[in-house]
Amino acid sequence: MTDTAPTATTTAAIETHDLSIYYGSFQAVRDVNLDIQPNRITAIIGPSGCGKSTVLRAFNRMNELIPSVNTTGEVLFRGQNIYKPDVDPVEVRRHIGMVFQKPNPFPKSVYENVAWGARINGFKGNMDELVHSSLQSAALWDEVKDKLDQSGLSLSGGQQQRLCIARAIAVRPDIILMDEPCSALDPIATLRIEELMRDLAKDYTIIIVTHNMQQAARVSDRTAFFSLSEDGKRAGMLMEYGDTKTMFTRPEKKITEDYITGRFG
Amino acid sequence: MPLTRATEQSLPATSLKRKLRLRELVIQAVLFLCGLFSIFVTVGIIYELGKESMLFFGRTQWERTNKPIVAAISANDVQFDVSNIGATASPGEVIRLDDELLMLTAVEGSTYFVERGFRDSVAVPHAAETIIYRGVNPSVWEFLTGTSWAPHAGQFGVLPLLNATLMVSGIAILVALPLGLAAAIYLSEYASPKARNTLKPILEVLAGVPTVVYGYFALTFMTPFLRSIFGQDTVQIYNTASAGIVIGILILPLVSTISEDALNAVPRSLREAAYGLGATRLETAVRIVLPAAFSGIAAAVIIAISRAIGETMVVALAAGAGPAFTFNPFQAAETMTGHIVRISGGDLSYDSLDYNSIFAIGLMLFVMTLALNIFSQYIVRRFREVYE
Amino acid sequence: MAASNLQGRHRLGRVWLVVFQVALVVGIIALCALLFNILNGSFGFVAVEDTVSPESLAVNSVPLEELDKDTLVQILQAHISAGLYARYEFDKPFAERSAGEVYDLILERVVEPRFVAQWSLYETLTNGDAIRQQVAQEFPNARLEFRSWLNSHFLRAPQSSYPEIAGVRTAVLGSLWTISIAVLFAFPVGVAAAVYLQEYAPDNLINRIIQTNINNLAGVPSIIYGILGLAIFVRVLGQFTSGIAFGASDPATANGRTILSAGLTLGVLVLPLIIINAQEAIKAVPNSLRQASFGLGATRWETVWYHVLPNAISGIMTGTILSISRAIGETAPLIVIGASTFIQVDPEGPFSKFTTLPIQIYQWTARPQSVFRNLAGGASLVLLGLLLTMNATAIILRNRYRRSL
Repeated sequence: MTDTAPTATTTAAIETHDLSIYYGSFQAVRDVNLDIQPNRITAIIGPSGCGKSTVLRAFNRMNELIPSVNTTGEVLFRGQNIYKPDVDPVEVRRHIGMVFQKPNPFPKSVYENVAWGARINGFKGNMDELVHSSLQSAALWDEVKDKLDQSGLSLSGGQQQRLCIARAIAVRPDIILMDEPCSALDPIATLRIEELMRDLAKDYTIIIVTHNMQQAARVSDRTAFFSLSEDGKRAGMLMEYGDTKTMFTRPEKKITEDYITGRFG
Repeated sequence: MPLTRATEQSLPATSLKRKLRLRELVIQAVLFLCGLFSIFVTVGIIYELGKESMLFFGRTQWERTNKPIVAAISANDVQFDVSNIGATASPGEVIRLDDELLMLTAVEGSTYFVERGFRDSVAVPHAAETIIYRGVNPSVWEFLTGTSWAPHAGQFGVLPLLNATLMVSGIAILVALPLGLAAAIYLSEYASPKARNTLKPILEVLAGVPTVVYGYFALTFMTPFLRSIFGQDTVQIYNTASAGIVIGILILPLVSTISEDALNAVPRSLREAAYGLGATRLETAVRIVLPAAFSGIAAAVIIAISRAIGETMVVALAAGAGPAFTFNPFQAAETMTGHIVRISGGDLSYDSLDYNSIFAIGLMLFVMTLALNIFSQYIVRRFREVYE
Repeated sequence: MAASNLQGRHRLGRVWLVVFQVALVVGIIALCALLFNILNGSFGFVAVEDTVSPESLAVNSVPLEELDKDTLVQILQAHISAGLYARYEFDKPFAERSAGEVYDLILERVVEPRFVAQWSLYETLTNGDAIRQQVAQEFPNARLEFRSWLNSHFLRAPQSSYPEIAGVRTAVLGSLWTISIAVLFAFPVGVAAAVYLQEYAPDNLINRIIQTNINNLAGVPSIIYGILGLAIFVRVLGQFTSGIAFGASDPATANGRTILSAGLTLGVLVLPLIIINAQEAIKAVPNSLRQASFGLGATRWETVWYHVLPNAISGIMTGTILSISRAIGETAPLIVIGASTFIQVDPEGPFSKFTTLPIQIYQWTARPQSVFRNLAGGASLVLLGLLLTMNATAIILRNRYRRSL
């Protein structure tokens, strides 16, 4: 496994250099320098409005779908800056998949939900097998194997979210971005997704945005803490980044400690 | 093992480089052209209306002066005497004798001095008593201010048509505004949701009826109805009142629907504030909600006027054929749209005066309705921020 | 003082409430009057006089309507001029005509029933006895019939200058032809433009101009589209719309005043409406679907084609049908581009001369003889029926799609 994993463990899966993101003239994220390690779960935490999701969406150029967003700096994926003009955002998203805050299965059958992404990306192998393995990886197979032709919308919320995960991994990405994937789910469904993430981390690099610190502490290997700049301009900045265990026990900065201990946020 | 990368070989090789997605480019170009098509339509409308209107204003009409030349003239004569009956032409005008055009250089009493064979026509002898025709070019000024429309007789005043159009639209809005606004206030401020959901679609059925059916209604119902009230002698068979009232009914749902939307958009808090001050329902509706919804209601009225001005079939059937400059709503008068329909009803030949004139009238119609539509959009934009 | 003032205010409130209600009732009465007026013209007594009584045509006491075709042809030949017979033979050989068609010809040319007087439904219902007496006195040879001007013959028969046998067949076919062409043109272009504006267009000057322009075009009076159609489709593109460029050579339509011109004109007219409706439908597709699709590495077109359009299609269809029902009722632009005043043969294709149902209503209403007003009433019923069918289809379509989602 490890020898086919993306570009070995020596280099970062994603590296950012001075990444800044603007909404119109408002700087929402300022000068982020971050290296995401492969086959690890990295959590991005921080108070609301600090640009966590914006940073996440910068990793697969999803921000471009909002007209006024402007990105500067570099995001390196496999050593290539994905913001270089000759890079195709469609290709980027094929390699860096995404799971959203609210489960958003297509109003198609369960099978089609999983198969569609692979099909448009030119998958030529055995589709049934791919759907099977993807659903199995998303720990959903046993629950839906008898209703593959039912609408994805007929599943429960937690199942829908796992379907979205299955859909993302069917495209065989290297990295999966998860934008508060459990915020719309009940605790039991949340637990299942968290277990699933631990499993998936063997094969994928996962970056998860969460506002739930317990969740970050439970599932992630590394944690990036973002907060608003203190110069009054309310730009999101990376405050501290390191091993989750370290950060939750011996944070370096006062502001991190305040946030983790619930003094603000 | 849930997922291996063994299947990866069946996926394309990984490169982030931008691919030439020809299909995407072609599709995007086609979609863009379809979006652009509407621009072509507008350009086409403006170009054609403008071009043919210019031809209309550049076209010479021959008006019979009833004034004959006294004696026969040869092909070389550059001066001749005219009889003293009929209208006099002045120097600089183009006149016509038979098929020859002559440029009038000077007039001394009853003697005309001319340049022969003007505008490539052939100078030929003319018999005594040949009637002189005066060349008339419709001027924009004459078009806008003249009170008689008879282009073939050299009269190009659009006012009779415009007057009829404005009268019909005025009557229509007099019918539609009070009824539509009152209905909107009732539906928005008084009616229960259930009553509203039943009554509103009924009104909207009115908007779905084709205008030609309204024309039939005006002629076979409204006109006899008006005649039975005001008397057969007062009300002509074709009249602007009947057409106006029926167009008022036709635009009623437009006024009521847009006004009701505007009233509904007024925030609840405003109503509650009024009630909190001890206002009655009527006072709240009329003094608070109505002014707050002013921009939307004004827009509705302007759009309705624009619609009434452009409405054709009702006036074509009920308002009468033949331009007439009258302010009596019980008399027949042809509107701009009615005139266009009537003269284009036959097999209209190109480059004729009639053909060009419908473009001149059409241009005026287009400018009027466009100005009203843009004005209504402006009002909505200008006053909208206040309550949002 | 204060109490009486409040009373006065409440009284004023009640008065105005009545005023508001009356306004609404007037609107509803107007609708009822409109519908009643059509029914009033579409049904009622007619006094009919036969030029030759059908009984006198019976052969061996077999009534006319039961005779076989050959006998009918003989009767026809015996009563009409040789020239006319030859013309009918030329139009369509008698060998190919059915017994029913020959029977209709006998009715039209030999029996020649003529309406000498007709009454509205209201008069018929309220004043029946007086009408009977009047007919007995003034038209002793006439029989009084209750006639539905909307009947199967009316739907099947082509136009005619005799109100007794006139029908709307050519007009209905003309309407269907023009509308089909309008849809074939405006639907793809309109949906494509809506997709462009909603899914592709960046917010820049040109796209804002396009959007404003579409909104303004929707408010342009329909007769202006007629003038545009006359100048462009009939005059400039006459070679194409007359079919000459495609080898058609009918001198009657060489002027470009064809079904194709009419359909394209209506297409341009409904285009802004279709675009605006389709934009609304596309706007209603939740953004999360687009995000999911892009997140999987789909291109923009794949996102539109596989997710946006399938989810917007029912709204687009509903909007299109509503726009089209507006086009079906349009009259003025078609008169301007040159609808034919009198056609008796079915349209054969896009290069035929055209008339449509609303134009037929217009022409019948505009005629001085009041009997044609009854025909206009019947034709209005047909038109309203057509519109009702379309709107019902729109609703059914919408509900079906909603359920399947």
